[in-house]
Amino acid sequence: MDDAMLPPDRAADGAATLSRRGLLKGGGAMIVGFALGAPTGALAQAARGAKAGPPDHQAVDTWLAIHADNTATVYTGKCELGQGNQTGLLQVAAEELDMGMHQVSTIRLDTNITPDQQATSSSSSIHRGAPALRAAAARARMELLARAGVHLGVQPGSLEVRDGVVSVRGENGFRKVTYGQLLGDKPFNVKYDGTAPVKAPSDYRLVGHRPARVDIPDKVAGKYTLVQHHRVPGMLHGRVVLPRGQRGFGVGAKPVSVDEASIAHIKGAKVIRKGDFVGVVAEREWDAVKAAAALKVVWRQGEPLGDHNSVHARLRKDKTVDTVIANVGDPLGMMQKAAFVRGSSYQCPYQSHAPFAPNCALADPTGEQLVIKSPTQDVYSSRKQVAEVLGLPEQKVRIQFFEGSGTFGRSCYEDATQAAAIMATETGKPVRVQFMRWDELGWDNYGPAHAAEVRAGVNAEGDIVAYEYDGWQHGWTVTSTVSDSARTKAGVERANGSGSITVNPISTGSMYKIANRRVTSHGAPMVNYLRGAALRSPLDLSFAFASEQTIDELAVAVKMDPVAFRRRNIGDERWLGVLDAAVKAADWKPKVMGSQAESGDVVRGRGVALGTHHVSYGAAVAEIEVNRKTGVIVTKKLYGAMDCGLTVNPALVENQMVGQMIQSVSRVLKEEVTFDDNGVTSLDWSTYQVLRFAEHPEVTPVVVQRINEPSTGAGEEVMGATAAAIANAFFDATGVRMRQFPMTPERVLKALEGQQRT
Amino acid sequence: MTITIKVNGAARSVDADPDTPLLYVLTNDLELKGPRFGCGLAQCGSCSVLADGVEIRSCQTPISDVGQRAITTLEGLPALYAQQRKLPKAPDLHPLQQAFIDEQALHCGYCYNGQTIKGAELLSRTTSPTEAQIRDHMNGHLCRCGTYPRIMKSIQAAAAKMSKEG
Repeated sequence: MDDAMLPPDRAADGAATLSRRGLLKGGGAMIVGFALGAPTGALAQAARGAKAGPPDHQAVDTWLAIHADNTATVYTGKCELGQGNQTGLLQVAAEELDMGMHQVSTIRLDTNITPDQQATSSSSSIHRGAPALRAAAARARMELLARAGVHLGVQPGSLEVRDGVVSVRGENGFRKVTYGQLLGDKPFNVKYDGTAPVKAPSDYRLVGHRPARVDIPDKVAGKYTLVQHHRVPGMLHGRVVLPRGQRGFGVGAKPVSVDEASIAHIKGAKVIRKGDFVGVVAEREWDAVKAAAALKVVWRQGEPLGDHNSVHARLRKDKTVDTVIANVGDPLGMMQKAAFVRGSSYQCPYQSHAPFAPNCALADPTGEQLVIKSPTQDVYSSRKQVAEVLGLPEQKVRIQFFEGSGTFGRSCYEDATQAAAIMATETGKPVRVQFMRWDELGWDNYGPAHAAEVRAGVNAEGDIVAYEYDGWQHGWTVTSTVSDSARTKAGVERANGSGSITVNPISTGSMYKIANRRVTSHGAPMVNYLRGAALRSPLDLSFAFASEQTIDELAVAVKMDPVAFRRRNIGDERWLGVLDAAVKAADWKPKVMGSQAESGDVVRGRGVALGTHHVSYGAAVAEIEVNRKTGVIVTKKLYGAMDCGLTVNPALVENQMVGQMIQSVSRVLKEEVTFDDNGVTSLDWSTYQVLRFAEHPEVTPVVVQRINEPSTGAGEEVMGATAAAIANAFFDATGVRMRQFPMTPERVLKALEGQQRT
Repeated sequence: MTITIKVNGAARSVDADPDTPLLYVLTNDLELKGPRFGCGLAQCGSCSVLADGVEIRSCQTPISDVGQRAITTLEGLPALYAQQRKLPKAPDLHPLQQAFIDEQALHCGYCYNGQTIKGAELLSRTTSPTEAQIRDHMNGHLCRCGTYPRIMKSIQAAAAKMSKEG
């Protein structure tokens, strides 16, 4: 949120603003305390931000501060990325404290201030971020009640709290004291150990309800400070210089020669080099943009990359590291005894994070620490990586998180952060670096391509009796292009390895009772593929696309409605819950898929599917239209259901579901990283197509609330189901199966042509 | 060279090369937070502003081409709305901005500068757009977070409110 909407003393920049609070609000006593050197509230507050973190995880003060005006600051370790997690985390804290939403606020993540809760990834904000906050808030409430008991002369057990006002139960507010009066800006100095009682879900007043997102008003008004907005006096603008589109992993960006004279005509433009890293700086941003485009660099070419159409065949031929992920019963033997066996191979593309805002960071080297404003998903990891690139102790680097745009996994935020750090260190001046669109799309750590071979068998009664999934992909990188370049490392030796991402057993048939099932992951070496990393719902669209089409084929084989078939085979009431919720919302009419195919150029179909990431439960129904002449698929309506245990704020999850399902349409119908021998060729929004406004379906999200189950992730768990439901709807409409996505008009026409020939 | 342009009702003089895209002047020289860089190629719409009430891409508009046109950014939208609707004073927010809050439409909100500018352009022409008109009008503005359905609802809600108010 914008600094302007926080009280000035709560701004992230520690000491200066906090001491102003002492002067403005704390009054004489605090200044006297300051003069005497006693540990006062103002001092304790000012100390936040003065030294490098992370602060003590077990200290209540790490998570919460109670202010004299009876408000609280909540310090979280999870970044707001547009998912609304700050609102959800505030609900959790306010619930346990018995405060109102209007009394609590968060500050941005900062390695000098906020706790280290690792990356804001894998939909973990509530799932893994909330428990510590809840425990700290419960301990804080216990401490405040103990103090209130002393203050009011009663046992803590006879007290009740509403909106941070503690009163004696049954007295109608006769004796009362506020949190602010009890603690106002002084530290708790207590640790939590998880034994302080937390509220029973049945007593929740905020959790499970729908308070509005705290960040939206300023975002709408144009008052929210994004990382892109920061400007400081004396600042230079920087741009990275990279080949247009990466070549194979391991080739990197290695300059053979750099012709500095080629930008001599651009005012103040200067080349910055560190190892193989090349960048330019200039006083004016447009000059930096022009210099980056004009700088003549000869790059090392390396091995030819191949192309995006042949990558699946290459994955399947490569020498792989094979891991059996799930293995029960005798799938091979039972396959022979099945009444019907269905199976096919599938091809799934590389896709890009493609953040709408190219990554941007501002590094300021003029103070005691190198201070970097960064749109990272993990401030402490970014600090470590910057320190490594520059050869500095971590404590000399301070990362302050500022939101850019939705990033959906490891887009180029580490690169932008490190590039700014390098250029600021080399020039001794603050440098703001913004990636250009082609840098971001051309040097992303892409969601890896995937090839699959699926086979499953069913008996005559409609029970799935055997299931086999073989998946091929390469692993993920853990370094960034900029750090590899600056340290002249190929990156390959630091890659996570072939097996760093394996086929997800949850997404490949685990939702069904299958007594004979084997899932095998084939990890290819990473050299000379594209850089890979986690992209929202990592590979789950691919797994669901292959697996749930196979399940649908079994239903057709036994002439069953796909919903009835799934109900019969599902082994868990929570999977059943989301399936029922989605088909109810969609008013599903039972039928055998493809049995009512329409005639004419434009045909309609409906499909259903299940899917998730690692936790939570997702189901989706899709209604689509296929134009048999043009090959264009239009998704008309989507219905999704998600069970993520205790949903802290159903409105946040519904909004996330709408976004996930639209992004899933985009990915299954349109998105594909393209490349040829010379590198990636999808470098802008015309070559890397995403779903456009005119193409969007109506979306109905349904949250299946389970208040007594632990909260699990909600940011990516209905994407696989959506993609597969669209694929199944395509079969329903046309009687043809698509074995490859994105399901572009060219591929659709080719598939339909094959049908006409047979 | 010194160039004077009219932004949000005020004449602003800046020292910039004539080929500098308007976007960089708005963000760096005038320090406005509305328009923002998305692609630099006029493909996404995050840099959109109004020029005499017509949406343009500031990333592909050289400052020397702006001329006498009155530029309105997100910051100036409520005032422009008041002027267009002959209101005595500018509201805090354009009705579309309020609708975005009411619908809890956005995720990251990066594209909402452009969505707001483009949606407001449509609403300045008609307060009863059809769904097809909205889809067509907004099609040049991308949203990576997938919030299109709620942008649609917000435009419809704002249109309904505006036509009720006359």
